[in-house]
Amino acid sequence: MRNKVVSLREAVSSLVHDGDVVVIEGFTHLICFAAGHEIIRQKKRELTLCRLTPDLIYDQLIAAGCAKKLVFSWAGNPGVGSLHAFRRAVEAKPPRLELEEYSHFGMVARLSAGAANLPFWPLRDYSGSDIPAANPRIKSVDCPFTGERLAAVPALRPDVTIIHAQRADAAGNTQIWGLLGVQKEAAFASKHVIVVVEELVEQAVIRADPNRTLIPGLQVDAVCLEPWGAHPSYAQGYYDRDNRFYADWDAIARQEASLKRYLDDFVYGVEDRAGYLRKQPGLTQRLKAKPLVCAGVNYGY
Amino acid sequence: MATEPSPRPAPRPAQAEAGYTLNELMCALAAREIKDEDVVFVGIGLPNLACNLARATHAPNLTLIYESGAVGARPERVPPSIGDPALVTGSLMVCSMADVFQSFLQNGKIQVGFLGGAQIDMRGNINTTVVGPYAAPKVRLPGSGGACEIALHARRLLVIAKLDRRAFPQKVDFVTSPGKRVGKVITNMCVLEPDPASGELCLSRLYPGVTPAQVQANVGWPLRRLEPLGSVKPPTPTELSLLRDCLDPERRYIK
Repeated sequence: MRNKVVSLREAVSSLVHDGDVVVIEGFTHLICFAAGHEIIRQKKRELTLCRLTPDLIYDQLIAAGCAKKLVFSWAGNPGVGSLHAFRRAVEAKPPRLELEEYSHFGMVARLSAGAANLPFWPLRDYSGSDIPAANPRIKSVDCPFTGERLAAVPALRPDVTIIHAQRADAAGNTQIWGLLGVQKEAAFASKHVIVVVEELVEQAVIRADPNRTLIPGLQVDAVCLEPWGAHPSYAQGYYDRDNRFYADWDAIARQEASLKRYLDDFVYGVEDRAGYLRKQPGLTQRLKAKPLVCAGVNYGY
Repeated sequence: MATEPSPRPAPRPAQAEAGYTLNELMCALAAREIKDEDVVFVGIGLPNLACNLARATHAPNLTLIYESGAVGARPERVPPSIGDPALVTGSLMVCSMADVFQSFLQNGKIQVGFLGGAQIDMRGNINTTVVGPYAAPKVRLPGSGGACEIALHARRLLVIAKLDRRAFPQKVDFVTSPGKRVGKVITNMCVLEPDPASGELCLSRLYPGVTPAQVQANVGWPLRRLEPLGSVKPPTPTELSLLRDCLDPERRYIK
């Protein structure tokens, strides 16, 4: 078993390159802000950022000048409103950000194709919608068995996918519970995978509950320990979503100057996630999860 | 959602001042559209409240599915996002999004889908993508999310939206979600339903104190009526106390 534990700084430095196709996944749950901030600090450029829901983390990466292109399906601040840096870039004349737009199912299908080593994925979708007119990469295909016309989307094969998880062992065997999003597909579709965890555990912990493993170590290049690395997103059983910060982001991001001030203070102004947390006393107390432990199952035979 | 300010604010029905709010009425109307044992693909806000109201009244065997993968969720707090951790705790199943879209939605397991949008047109088509041309948008909206496939695969669609002339144009700037399966549009003044023959959205029920002319002033096409024009039953005391005391005690959505 190879020990893949490195610092997040080292992982981003060696696995994320200018011009790469990068996925940081996690649907509301387990969005790795720590990795996004590290990419901003290392001034990575010309990235093609892919995610179903760009969320605040890609708003920050766009504002910091890391993104050339966005591949996505829903670009808003969930339950709050707009992503303002995204909107400024897209509504600029001419736009400052290339877009390649799908629906959620289309993005899930692209990653499923990538994970299955297929060139495309068929789906019953987009009939009567203008989305294919806005994105020529959405095509159609006739079923060779029934003749039915289906939509088809191309495989997405990211250069690197970054997944936040509750726990992994040093070899990268990664366990996730709560909302699973599209992380498994993204990890298997990707050439390289960085896993960032709340807890690094002995392999015996993983082996005691193998059904909980979503991503096997053989698919993982680097394992980084960053407690609270998903804040203001959340980690089920560890800490709650910081809904207050999601609401506050609306005012922060509305003006370029206040957004820049945020990045100066909380991204460039700290060395790592521990520094980020030190700047926000009381945060971990406010959001720490209450225990609600399930009984477990019998794996005996 | 980001929309341009309306040039003429919608008038409020007189009865809304007496005893219940418009959002409470819309919520109750949406809840009554849900049948027991329906499987509903639900979002946050009023649709979430409507589903929980239906479950607490006439539809105890309702199953709520969120696009985030929570199946049979029974959230103990009002979820501020569709990925809220409270949707996971105590749910029947948590599945991947590939399962949500393939095994549930595309596989025909969803009876009711809820959608909203910045623009809804005469055909029930919904725009959540752009105001203005796609390549040079005046307002960039979030996009489809799961809406396009919900619109194509849920057996019937319920839309909750506030009437105003910009939000209800004759033709949307961009069809994100096709309107073929829209069953009812529950607005702040009336209910619109498609004419069964043509699919065109028509006025079907007026709220107390609202005139057809007031509705027409906020709709961008010559609005036909489905005769006979119906009225709506106001929220019952049971519905109101459930909404206020149990489902949205902070009055975040029913205000």
